[in-house]
Amino acid sequence: MADPILSVSGLRAGYGATEILRGLSMSVAPGEIVAVLGSNGVGKTTLNMVLSGVVKAASGSISFLGEDVTNAAPGDIVSRGLVHVPEGRKIFPNMTVRDNLVLGSYRRGKAARAANLDKVFQTFPRLKERVSQLAGTLSGGEQQMLAIGRGLMAEPKLLILDEPSLGLSPLLVEEMFTLVRRINADGLAVMLVEQNVVQSLEIASRAFILENGVFALEGKASDLAASDELRKAYLGM
Amino acid sequence: MFRSYPPQIVLEAVLNGLLTGAVYALVALGLTLVYGVLHIINFAHGAMLTLAMFAVLVVHLGLGLDPYLAILPLTPLFFGIGYAMQRFVISPASRNDDGAILLVTLGLSIVLENLLLAIFRSDTRSLTLDYSFSVVDLGFALLSLPRVIGFGVAILVAAALWAILALTDTGKAIRAVAREKLGASLVGIDVNHIYAVTFGLGAATLAVAACLLMPSFYVNPRVGNAFVLVAFTVVVLGGMGSIPGALVGGLFIGVVESLCGLYLGESLGQIGIFLIFILVLLFRPTGLFGAKA
Repeated sequence: MADPILSVSGLRAGYGATEILRGLSMSVAPGEIVAVLGSNGVGKTTLNMVLSGVVKAASGSISFLGEDVTNAAPGDIVSRGLVHVPEGRKIFPNMTVRDNLVLGSYRRGKAARAANLDKVFQTFPRLKERVSQLAGTLSGGEQQMLAIGRGLMAEPKLLILDEPSLGLSPLLVEEMFTLVRRINADGLAVMLVEQNVVQSLEIASRAFILENGVFALEGKASDLAASDELRKAYLGM
Repeated sequence: MFRSYPPQIVLEAVLNGLLTGAVYALVALGLTLVYGVLHIINFAHGAMLTLAMFAVLVVHLGLGLDPYLAILPLTPLFFGIGYAMQRFVISPASRNDDGAILLVTLGLSIVLENLLLAIFRSDTRSLTLDYSFSVVDLGFALLSLPRVIGFGVAILVAAALWAILALTDTGKAIRAVAREKLGASLVGIDVNHIYAVTFGLGAATLAVAACLLMPSFYVNPRVGNAFVLVAFTVVVLGGMGSIPGALVGGLFIGVVESLCGLYLGESLGQIGIFLIFILVLLFRPTGLFGAKA
């Protein structure tokens, strides 16, 4: 495997006295889709928050593109190309679709803003139709597209997608996974954090299963999909 | 009790009300901006206005600078003071806890006010300028020149502030932080920097307001409070956090004050303002342009 672009080792973090992440180690290689799977409340979102600098790590280390970014400021992490599309989208509801996308390049990718805007509109023609509409008036699926589009505006080297399929209709969920695969086909590394185990394993090359703040299982996605342990725990088979 | 006045007098009162109202709007802009972004009332707003008015006095008496020219150095200076106050005093002292921010700004206002009292004493001072009592003759009404200039500049500043918020990256970041702090952090916006910029913009509008007020008004260490009380009514009327609301609300309150002054007597002019304050709270607590909570 090539040198990882993201590597995490012995990561511990939490809120106040409550420890959520209890020693996580993982990595993402260039160009791959890595899935981090687990049910509600096991620490998936906390992991993303620590990776993007919003929540401080208690111990352990995070390195991105070979440089230590443990507890770096969120802006600094975005500047390096590690971009996190959060659960619940967190778009700016009081602003137009265009302004939301423009702010995606607030920190990074400013020079190619116009070109990147065109690229995002090619990927999401729907957003182009709604470019002057307030983001808060978009449908759930459109808001998710906007959140991802905003992330792409920063020319990410690694894109963290937190539950992109959450709250979407089954048809849109299917579309979302196709989209993740398409974004990745251009060479962009994706860390896909999901509850949707089956579909995530279909498109990921490797996967980590998070349970109560530790990785209970990890390995090639195809192996995990076939593993009895996983099928019992998550698929009820 | 109600006398009837010829239409020309009433028209003049309305126009004068609009002129005063524009300055109320300017003072309210900073208050509503800070509320819209940080969701707290900045209790130091009045003291900052007083400080700015003394600054106009000092640069006029000390350097002979005309109050209108003083806009050029004082606006960036007060932007810097506002920025530094939030970044290095309010934010560290309150650890960004909303209740604590409120108390820190209240404390700051007490410190500023008493500092000014210690330096300048409680005397009321005003500037003597050769245009202080000049008038503009519109044919159907006579208006005070300093207040006409004040109106024009206040509207310009409101437009400039709107343009900054609508068109610049920093302005967009301010609006983003106002509604979605986490989303803003994740696109790389430094939230603490934006908070400080917002405070800086609020202080900068006060510097302009002070320069516009001084040619026709007086200053003492407590003068800012009177304006902020009115500005607070303007903010509630216009809708907390709304820039157009502050502008329309300010003009409206100015007219109400002027007409009440005409019909009830000058000293009772402010009765109308607080009557409106109570009515808005009773019947439309979100204000004219306020979003539903």
